[in-house]
Amino acid sequence: MSAGEKAAEPDSLVELPPEESTVEATALTRLPSGRGFLKPHRVVLMAIAASIVFCAVWFLRWDWLPDYAGRLAHGVGVTLLMLFGTCLLGFVLAVPIGLVQVTGPWPLKLLAKGFCTIIRGTPLLLQLWLLYYGLGSLFPQFPAIRQSFLWPVLREAWPYGVAALTMSFAAYEGEVMRGAFAGVPKGELEAARAYGMSRWKVFRRIWLPRAVHRALPTLNGETVLQLKSTPLVATITVIDVYAVVSKIRQVTYLTYEPLLLLALIYLCLTALLVLAFRYFENKIPTRSA
Amino acid sequence: MAADPASMIDWGLLALDPPGWGGVLLAGLMSSIKIAIGGYSLGLVLGTGGAFGKLYGGPVTKDLLEIYTTVVRAVPELVLILLLYYAGTDLLNRLAASLGYGTVDISGLAAGIFVIGVVQGAYATEVMRGAILAVPPGQIEAARAFGMSPLLALRRVTLPAMLPHALPGLSNLWLITTKDTALLAVVGFSELTLVTRQAAGSTKAYMLFFCAAGVLYLALTLVSNLVIRLIEARARRGWAAR
Repeated sequence: MSAGEKAAEPDSLVELPPEESTVEATALTRLPSGRGFLKPHRVVLMAIAASIVFCAVWFLRWDWLPDYAGRLAHGVGVTLLMLFGTCLLGFVLAVPIGLVQVTGPWPLKLLAKGFCTIIRGTPLLLQLWLLYYGLGSLFPQFPAIRQSFLWPVLREAWPYGVAALTMSFAAYEGEVMRGAFAGVPKGELEAARAYGMSRWKVFRRIWLPRAVHRALPTLNGETVLQLKSTPLVATITVIDVYAVVSKIRQVTYLTYEPLLLLALIYLCLTALLVLAFRYFENKIPTRSA
Repeated sequence: MAADPASMIDWGLLALDPPGWGGVLLAGLMSSIKIAIGGYSLGLVLGTGGAFGKLYGGPVTKDLLEIYTTVVRAVPELVLILLLYYAGTDLLNRLAASLGYGTVDISGLAAGIFVIGVVQGAYATEVMRGAILAVPPGQIEAARAFGMSPLLALRRVTLPAMLPHALPGLSNLWLITTKDTALLAVVGFSELTLVTRQAAGSTKAYMLFFCAAGVLYLALTLVSNLVIRLIEARARRGWAAR
């Protein structure tokens, strides 16, 4: 991502090309095309795949599945809630982070830059554990926090998971927003100023909508990446779908079956996300399209 | 106890010698770096093969590689690591047992490198595929027209010509690899994140140790950035300034 930063000098119209290419290399953003689906070799491959699936269903043990179906569905719900909640919060945070890096006073610029560097330079798992074990062990020492109305919430694990995932999304998307804000043509902003719009109105009517429009294509990849980060919250005892599967593995002593099911669940979730984004992207008018 | 934050920090815990945990953390960092280098190298080899297979391979190769990259890019690294780590070692043990070797003891380092390498291989495949497509096709055709064998054309023309295009993505993948090693903590491999948690758990100085580990990871990223900048400057030395 450091390489992407160089490409996005304030005046360039290019929108972080290496950054985007890496996001697409690490997150599925397009489904394989169904064109030419029934070529002869694919029919053979599909027959082999079908026999593998049949063997998996026939020879592996799936009798635990009905017992845990409800909990698995609940886990998927928690995962999706984590995903959409943190993506929304993270995007709301990313806008000011990107903006101050383009136009803010230097202390804010430095702060935003430092935040992005630190969050993007350390593993998410470490940040999660720092928040949960570190802050979580620090808070009870202060009686003011223990007696505050927030304490019942702070005793749970999910606020720390939400905080860590939100900050991570904000840092990665903030970098994208910085490129997007910088990439809005200067002439458009000058034209708005010439029409006598106040700075705030220019931001609200021209700069922000144009920047968000430019950042939209990256959202798909970033959201899939965020989905791929959500199972980490299971390590701090949030019961998402990954945690449910870990529990099943402990109870049933099965190695493959629950993990295969988990991989399948995430495959389906990613595919659904990609389809949803494709649907919404087709709704957004673009001049080039 | 909570009176003075400054007095709560016991810097002696970070000392390098046994009462302090500094040496343990550094050893954890070293094994993280070892896994990152090993996994990244394996990923590069898989990625090069995968990219060429995806572009020039037969229809079956192309489809199988498409499945590989699709699955790895859609399923969380954590799940893949668990799946490859447990299922991989289990399969290897069963294979060895059926061949009559008894159980094999697979070192955590080798398993970690394998797991990270397989994941990075799929990412690298996509990065390299894009980079190869960015090379003007005439250059590769010219190499073929001069009678170079595919391998010679690969070594002399395609790889050097695609490298500047691939470098931003590949350097990004290196940074991702260093951070992905932390996930091996979940399967119990004692790299930096896990030893940090152990140190923090046994001394109860959670903030201190997690921040120290964060500084180590950040230092690794920043040093990597410096090296990457040097490599990129060298790889682009023939390019016109953009």
